[in-house]
Amino acid sequence: MRGQDHSGLKRFRSPLAGALLGGMLVFVCGAIYAQNAPQVVPRVTGAASPMGDVPAPPVARPIVDDKRLMRNYPEQPPIIPHSIENYQLTLKTNRCLDCHRRQFTEGSGAPMISVTHFMDRNGQVLADVTPRRYFCTACHVQQTDAQPLVPSTFKDMLLVDPAKK
Amino acid sequence: MQRLKQLLIWFWRIASRPSAHLSLGFLALGGFVCGVLFWGAFNTALEVTNTEKFCTSCHEMRNNVFEELQHTPHFTNRSGVRASCPDCHVPHQWTDKIARKMQASKEVWGKIFGTIDTRKKFQDHRLELAKHEWARLKANDSLECRNCHSAVAMDFTKQTRRAAEIHGKFLVTGDKTCIDCHKGIAHELPDMTGIEPGWRAPPEMRDRQTFRDNPRDELARYLAATGSER
Repeated sequence: MRGQDHSGLKRFRSPLAGALLGGMLVFVCGAIYAQNAPQVVPRVTGAASPMGDVPAPPVARPIVDDKRLMRNYPEQPPIIPHSIENYQLTLKTNRCLDCHRRQFTEGSGAPMISVTHFMDRNGQVLADVTPRRYFCTACHVQQTDAQPLVPSTFKDMLLVDPAKK
Repeated sequence: MQRLKQLLIWFWRIASRPSAHLSLGFLALGGFVCGVLFWGAFNTALEVTNTEKFCTSCHEMRNNVFEELQHTPHFTNRSGVRASCPDCHVPHQWTDKIARKMQASKEVWGKIFGTIDTRKKFQDHRLELAKHEWARLKANDSLECRNCHSAVAMDFTKQTRRAAEIHGKFLVTGDKTCIDCHKGIAHELPDMTGIEPGWRAPPEMRDRQTFRDNPRDELARYLAATGSER
């Protein structure tokens, strides 16, 4: 029998003692874990229970002042300073390009899509917007009056080290 | 043919003789009452075909255009005013309405023969159908838009600067009509390849023709122009 081979564990064969010891082990481990448990970072959705009913915040209003804002960093896709609600942006039609396409900018007064939008992935410049840049809202977003969900510590690179300026 | 002729002659013989049994008053009053009944029934039927419920009773409308309408401000908006199908697609004036209804009998043909009875078929015909509607609204100066939206009642200061500017430039001057720019506001647009934005002047009226159809002609024109200068 196995009991004969491991005589030291013999007393744990009593079910009560085994349960007791197991319970203590779980309690101790739990207590230790609770002390050093990793802090879960609150999600951007807030502390609400993921399955709970949460009232939706009011929809942010688009900023429509048509003012071209400075970019926070050179590579930032410019934000859209007008409403794009219900703009159709499909394979069939692109409402943005109705004004921002090169041949239409003269009449519309809208800024032309930049020349990078004419380059394909090999740097070859095409006559019209390249397919990979066709879906404007993949990069450009509409500016709204929504407040940031989490604070941002981003600093403009020009302001990081004034000594260098 | 011969029998038809005989039938017509028989009818005319009865219709052209004075009545032998019925009094003049009965005929006159009866005619009047029948007329009223006919007219009431006709108009009621006409109005029934002029409802959203009637339009969306066909799956062609329900599954395509009505489905798309529901995401737009003409279906749901902050003030709760809704435009239904006939508000935009059927003139409100009686004579125009009858004319449009007669035109629309073609749609019955389309329904019977299933011209657009699948989504694919509908998409294939979409540009053509849209063009008909654009042409209709262009021809009547966007009458159905103007049944609700009038340029006179527009407060340009409440519009964004850009909208006010454009409306001042095109709408007030009568240069363009609503549908020229506001295409696809209540339904999805067809494939718009080659269809220029509505605010553009027609090619013959542009100061500078940037894009010509044929580069060869363009070159010939250029050479001719420079040749004449010499």
